[in-house]
Amino acid sequence: MTKEVVDAAVAEYGTERTNLLPVLHRVSEEKHWLSEDDLTQIAKAFSLPAAEVHSVASFYSLLSVKPVGKYVIRVCRTISCHMNGKAAVMDALKKILDIELGETTQDNQFTLLETNCMGWCEAAPAMLINDTVHTNLTPEKVRDIISDYKNKRGS
Amino acid sequence: MEKVKLTINSIPLEVNKGTTLLEAAKKAGINIPTLCHHPDLVPTGNCRLCVVEQKGIPYLLASCTTQASEGMEIETNSPKVRESRKTVLELLLAEHGGNCISCHASGKCQLQSLSQEYFVQKGNLTDIACEETEIDDSSWSIVKDDSKCIRCMRCVRTCSELMGVGAIAGAHKGSEKGVETVVDKEMLCTVCINCGQCVNRCPTGALQEKRYINEVWEAINDPDKIVVVQTAPAVRVGLGEDLGLPAGEIVTGKMAAALKKLGFDVVLDTNFSADLTIMEEGHELLSRLGTALRDKGKAYFPMFTSCCPAWIKFAEHEYPEFLENISTCKSPQQMLGAMIKTYFAEKKKIDPSKIVSVSIMPCTAKKFEAGRPEMQSSGFQDVDYVLTTRELAHMIRQAGIKFEDLEEGTFDSPMGEGTGAALIFGATGGVMEAAIRTAYEVVTGRPVPFDNLNITPLRGTEGIRAASIKIEDPKPEFAFLDGVELNVAIVHGLANVRKVFEDIKAGVSPYHLIEVMACPNGCIGGGGQPTPTSPEIRKKRTAAIYEGEMKLPKRKSHENEEVQALYREFLKEPLGHKSHEYLHTSYKKRT
Repeated sequence: MTKEVVDAAVAEYGTERTNLLPVLHRVSEEKHWLSEDDLTQIAKAFSLPAAEVHSVASFYSLLSVKPVGKYVIRVCRTISCHMNGKAAVMDALKKILDIELGETTQDNQFTLLETNCMGWCEAAPAMLINDTVHTNLTPEKVRDIISDYKNKRGS
Repeated sequence: MEKVKLTINSIPLEVNKGTTLLEAAKKAGINIPTLCHHPDLVPTGNCRLCVVEQKGIPYLLASCTTQASEGMEIETNSPKVRESRKTVLELLLAEHGGNCISCHASGKCQLQSLSQEYFVQKGNLTDIACEETEIDDSSWSIVKDDSKCIRCMRCVRTCSELMGVGAIAGAHKGSEKGVETVVDKEMLCTVCINCGQCVNRCPTGALQEKRYINEVWEAINDPDKIVVVQTAPAVRVGLGEDLGLPAGEIVTGKMAAALKKLGFDVVLDTNFSADLTIMEEGHELLSRLGTALRDKGKAYFPMFTSCCPAWIKFAEHEYPEFLENISTCKSPQQMLGAMIKTYFAEKKKIDPSKIVSVSIMPCTAKKFEAGRPEMQSSGFQDVDYVLTTRELAHMIRQAGIKFEDLEEGTFDSPMGEGTGAALIFGATGGVMEAAIRTAYEVVTGRPVPFDNLNITPLRGTEGIRAASIKIEDPKPEFAFLDGVELNVAIVHGLANVRKVFEDIKAGVSPYHLIEVMACPNGCIGGGGQPTPTSPEIRKKRTAAIYEGEMKLPKRKSHENEEVQALYREFLKEPLGHKSHEYLHTSYKKRT
């Protein structure tokens, strides 16, 4: 599967050094995270050392070089969110998902991470689930949001 | 050349435009401390230790990346500069793990010496060193301890700029930034070629060779074992540097004497098997030329030399479709290893199972080579332990031997004789020169047509060098070579080999034989040689090699009497049945 995904991304963007990031992004969209196999295949396509591709991929917070679930939750850990009840939101998430920070649920659906400020201070606390921002969070609201994502899976 | 005038610490200077402040200060006899800077690498200015103050500018400049400009007034030792350097060192120490007392780099560590110079100690800032970092000692050659890494990126630049390998790179960011292989996997399982050039340039103890000193002491102290040692050509022009002598001294006699004093039972010379390699490799080249030119058959050209195990592993990873082009000859270390446990054991009536074969190499990749499963042709592991030049110096210090005062010793016999052709194996171009001296004479019956046998077009420091030698009036059996222009090339600094392969892949490479040595300037600049390393130091070692060879009575491999005896008594002929069994090998594709 890696080869098809990488080939398609490379076909779309080309193998100029400047296109490495778009390719990493596209592969990441398909596979949620970049495995050694993905990185090596991309490196081969770009004629770059695999360690260098890993270097680029690991630099960016929104690219993951470690396994993550289908939905990556990133809770803002910066000061405004912290002062507006981020801790309670985080506790609720841990309880609902039954995982600790940095872990992935057994069914590989959710990974719980933190992020630095996303610029949503006026609607704190905030979190990101994949590309979608959720704001003005409370433990109750978080419960509903996670339920929605869980139901999405069924639909 | 356009000049600029400036002052450094009030000393007026005139330098070429483009000169960095660091270089200008050096000219004025002023030392500016550095950590991430290295004379072999492109400056990056990331450690900020080399900062200097320019009059009229509120911020400090990194002298390694700032070019001198007209009218600059530079202070390299102002209170502001000193304070800033001190802070940089405090910050580095706060996240630097390990314990100087147990660190192999102690005494050679630049972070340690600079901290002492600036009265900085661990604990001035809150310690955030991560002591739980796992030490990666999976590689047979190199140990990587990230807790000691100061992220100067010298190793990363070495691996990509000089070697063209890119096994390691800076990964993650901020407080998590570190030097990692792809997905941080074990070094053993990566494209690392074990050359050790990163070890030579690491300013701390984060990258070290894997040491086998204790194992060797154990063998020496075991009365049941016969410990046989061999020393590579380049070791004798490096060893002195780690024992208090200046760079560029050749210490062959003292080295042999020291090895006896350490308790090695038999002291042999890898120069012997360098001569043996020339016999085999020279005949292999002639055999390939015969197949192509006389028999009109398929032979693989260009033929590559195979003495360098770092280059071999690189080729196995990067150019597996060209493995047939590499000479099948084992390296001199492995040839001698195979001969010690067969020919030598037979001749001396020693049970080969009791022999512990040790080699002293300027190289960390030789440790990997010795462990390759193909290297057991004697029925045992042909070479048991490989020590670097640095490790030998360490053993000499441990034994309390006063190296400078040693009487000149000699190698044992047989397999202790080496010609000048073998000695020059230690420098880039040396294998080629030795091979041509012998091959030309085998083909024509005359010595090479160069003054004093010195084939100077093959020598030098250029990363890729080429030369042609025309063969005229050969012996009848080599009539097919009459008028043939033998085109050869020499590559050192492995990044350069990629350029050579571009031509080969395009089908426009004119060469018959290419010598490849991974390390800059060849084995004298090897990853197991004393540190520091720089172009000047390597130039001195190279000069010592060529001066040393002029003093030797024999300078052609085929004149080595002990090699001749080995063929008479055991191998019979170059490329013969026994040669193939013991002296030749094969390569495998690696991912």
